[in-house]
Amino acid sequence: MSAVLPSLPSGFSGEFKGHKKITTPLRRPVEPVGRYFLAHASRTIRGHTWSEYEKTAAEKNVTKVQESDQDDEFEQNQSEELLSHDPRDWKTADLYAVLGLTKYRYRATEDQIRRAHRKAVLKHHPDKKGESGGLDQDGFFKIIQKAYETLLDPVKRRQFDSVDEEADVAAPAAKGKYDFFEAWKPFFDSEARFSNKKPVPELGDINSSQKEVDAFYSFWYNFDSWRSFEFLDEDVPDDTANRDHKRYIERKNVAARKKKKTEDNKRLIELVKRASSEDPRIKLFKEAEKKEKERKKWEREAGSRKAAEEAAAKKAAEEKAKAEAEEQAKNLKESSKKAKEAAKNAKKKNKRVVRNSVKDVNYFGQSDKAEIIDADVDLLIESFDDMKLSSVVSKLNGVTDPEVVKATFIDVAKEIVDAGKLPASSLKFFQN
Amino acid sequence: MSAVIGIAFGNTSSSIAVANVDGKVDVIANPDGDRAISSTLSYVGEDEYHGNQALSQLVRNPDSTIINFRDFVGLSYSEIDAETSNHSALPIDINGQIGYQINDKKITIDEVVKRNLKQVKLAAEDYIGKPIEGVVLTVPTNFTDAQNSSLKKISNDAGLKVLQLISEPSAALLAHLSADEERFQKDKLYVVADFGGIRSDAAVIAVRSGILTVLATAHDLGLGGEKLDDALAEFFAKEFEKKYKSNPRNNRKAMAKLKAACIITKKTLSNVQSSTISIDSLSDGYDFHSTINRLRYELVTRDVLSKMAAFTEIVVKKAGLETIDIDEVLLAGGVSHTPKLASNIQFLFPESTVVIAPSLDTKVIDPSELLCRGAALQASMIETFDDSEIEEAFKPHIVNTQHIQKPIGVRSVDGSFIEILPKETAYPIRKTVLLKGKGDVLIEVYEGDRTVKETTIEPEKQSGDEDDEEEYSDEEPETIREVVYVPGEKLADLALKGANGEVEVILDINKDGKLTVSGRSGDVTVKGSI
Ligand SMILES: Nc1ncnc2c1ncn2[C@@H]1O[C@H](COP(=O)(O)OP(=O)(O)OP(=O)(O)O)[C@@H](O)[C@H]1O
Ligand SMILES: [Mg+2]
Repeated sequence: MSAVLPSLPSGFSGEFKGHKKITTPLRRPVEPVGRYFLAHASRTIRGHTWSEYEKTAAEKNVTKVQESDQDDEFEQNQSEELLSHDPRDWKTADLYAVLGLTKYRYRATEDQIRRAHRKAVLKHHPDKKGESGGLDQDGFFKIIQKAYETLLDPVKRRQFDSVDEEADVAAPAAKGKYDFFEAWKPFFDSEARFSNKKPVPELGDINSSQKEVDAFYSFWYNFDSWRSFEFLDEDVPDDTANRDHKRYIERKNVAARKKKKTEDNKRLIELVKRASSEDPRIKLFKEAEKKEKERKKWEREAGSRKAAEEAAAKKAAEEKAKAEAEEQAKNLKESSKKAKEAAKNAKKKNKRVVRNSVKDVNYFGQSDKAEIIDADVDLLIESFDDMKLSSVVSKLNGVTDPEVVKATFIDVAKEIVDAGKLPASSLKFFQN
Repeated sequence: MSAVIGIAFGNTSSSIAVANVDGKVDVIANPDGDRAISSTLSYVGEDEYHGNQALSQLVRNPDSTIINFRDFVGLSYSEIDAETSNHSALPIDINGQIGYQINDKKITIDEVVKRNLKQVKLAAEDYIGKPIEGVVLTVPTNFTDAQNSSLKKISNDAGLKVLQLISEPSAALLAHLSADEERFQKDKLYVVADFGGIRSDAAVIAVRSGILTVLATAHDLGLGGEKLDDALAEFFAKEFEKKYKSNPRNNRKAMAKLKAACIITKKTLSNVQSSTISIDSLSDGYDFHSTINRLRYELVTRDVLSKMAAFTEIVVKKAGLETIDIDEVLLAGGVSHTPKLASNIQFLFPESTVVIAPSLDTKVIDPSELLCRGAALQASMIETFDDSEIEEAFKPHIVNTQHIQKPIGVRSVDGSFIEILPKETAYPIRKTVLLKGKGDVLIEVYEGDRTVKETTIEPEKQSGDEDDEEEYSDEEPETIREVVYVPGEKLADLALKGANGEVEVILDINKDGKLTVSGRSGDVTVKGSI
């Protein structure tokens, strides 16, 4: 063992403190076997002298396992009524009460039945009649033997258990107010004893799963029961003389058994139906199912709803886009109009610059030729595209030297003519 | 070889063992070679048969063949159940005593038991080669004092001097513990479950410092190997009936043949997976040949086998314990060879509980031999005592001892309880443990309180399949419960100054219940008593 001891707290004074005696021990016999016991025995024998008192105490106050086994396991005192039950009518006696097994009934083990029988025999044996106060117990002793025979034979025991009303647990009263589980569990527990199939599913509680609850009711709706009703048969007469009568009773018995069996099945089914109709879990499941259905429906319809929404949104978006586009186009148009106008104006201005340039240099000192010069300039301006116009303007802007102006016009005229935009003959002045 | 032996005398079989000086035990076979000697006597003409020879007479001479009589020892006729089965001689009332009508003679139960023991004695002497000087016999725990003294008397009359009667479960456990000396050193709680021919018995036994104490016992006098034989016989009877339209059940001899064959088939199926059965001229002149595999057998006997398993749980409850308190389950008795029984029991107990059975561990002692081996060991141990010493040793003031009802131990620095004396330890007792501790340490002595620790293990997710989530809910998380003792009430504090790293803690309870705590480390020793 490698556990570590705690260190001494600083406030601890002294060395040893006893707090409490050990819990009251139990005196039990040890098994006198093995060398450890023998060592204990010889140690004790040698090392200790025992007072007589100690010896008797050791003998008396012992918890013996065997005795405590059977403490009032079986009831011992049968009612007067039972004790005086007519042995010829033993079938109507409570056979479990006869043996003192009412605590166990169908749960009693074979061993318990044997032991209970032994106890009952010891108590009620006819030989003991004198001791037990003179009551004639021959009759009861016969019933004890019958009970024993019946309960020890598995087939007969089932027949008796089938009609042992004392073991029946009534179903809760219809329309009563009760806790479902508390009220029905004992009923199902008791009916379960007739099941051919084991294990029998438990009723469970409010938290059981639907699977469990379904399995529970399906088990009970298809209950496979060994319950039978031979035990209630009318006695078949022994006399061989009257065969017909005998057959008649036999047939009657078979029919009665069948009828009781059918009734019993019906009774059970009815009660199972009732239980399931009262079962709070089934209500919960139904509600949950309904909700689930609604949810599913909602989900199912969600597709088309979404499509519609999407379509609407798309339409709105399209409309918006269209409006925007129109607006933009309109703006564009307006601005381009302005630009065009501006360009036009600029063009006009440029053209004016070009026209004025020759005027400003007094037509190169040749005012007489002003007319043809203006005509040539106009022709050239008309042949200019915008680019050419602005480049010419830039060359002429601010130029005051007539020769430069003239040379510029001659160059431009040549270009225009070379480009085939004007026939060379159309120009009168700026010909080279 | 010593001349004292152990005998396990059961309703179904008797076995004999002898211990050698070196502690090795031999199980003795009778001259027929049987180690499980049938507890049966049969009378045919002038001849007496014993053992398995007698058992085979059940087919031809059932009315003069006596079986299952051990439990009648020391009882009067009015105390027993009038046997309903008719496949052997029925007990009769001889002046209040139990007896049998064999041909034209009456024979009392005492005589029957005496003859059985005499035969057993002959087999033992034949093997050992000298007269038997003494014997230890095993008895069920529910034998009354009257039954015990009756058995002693009969055995002495048979020439077997009884040194001691010991209980069957203790004998079984003694044999198991003695097979490995270490087992005695470990304090454990055992269930000894003994499944015999006509009864099942179980006991919860605490082993504390080598001393055994029985905490609870249970008996089922209607549950045993015969129930398995009956179920198997019924299964084959059905098969036979279907095949030949002949019902063997109404024929006493046919049923005796069938049952005898079923016993063999049953035993075979404990070892191998399938077995054949063949009976010449079973009923109406038809031979019967069939095979059965273990699986079918387990199905046919399912009810009986699960009842047997459940029986081991009953005794645990009777002891006021849960299966998680039990360390080991020792299976004894012939039926414990049955693999399905062992696995059923293992299933009822937590995985931490070891089930000791041949089908789970091939090294274990044969469950049919546990009782006689234990008895033989005990016999060899008390052989050296003289009579008066033996008598004194088993007197109540030696045997009836005080047992502590709560474990006693110390608290470790992490707050856990370190058990030194487990509950149900008998005192006087002295026990030492070695713990760690350096410098000035405190030895806090506590009684332990039982708590149950629950650990939940989530089921491993199955990789691969993409099933619905619902499928997973089938695999519930597993909860493992285990008993953990925690410090309860404090009994004492003991300060030890200057510990050198290792501290020896000694708990001592004297016969008057005075607890003395001592601590020692190097040269430092401290001590105090309550
Ligand atoms: N290998 C085996 N496999 C299965 N069952 C077996 C095997 N060997 C023996 N048995 C059965 O075990 C039963 C006998 O067990 P055991 O010898 O322990 O009984 P017993 O102690 O004499 O009887 P009881 O406990 O009823 O007084 C019989 O039913 C026998 O058929
Ligand atoms: Mg046995």
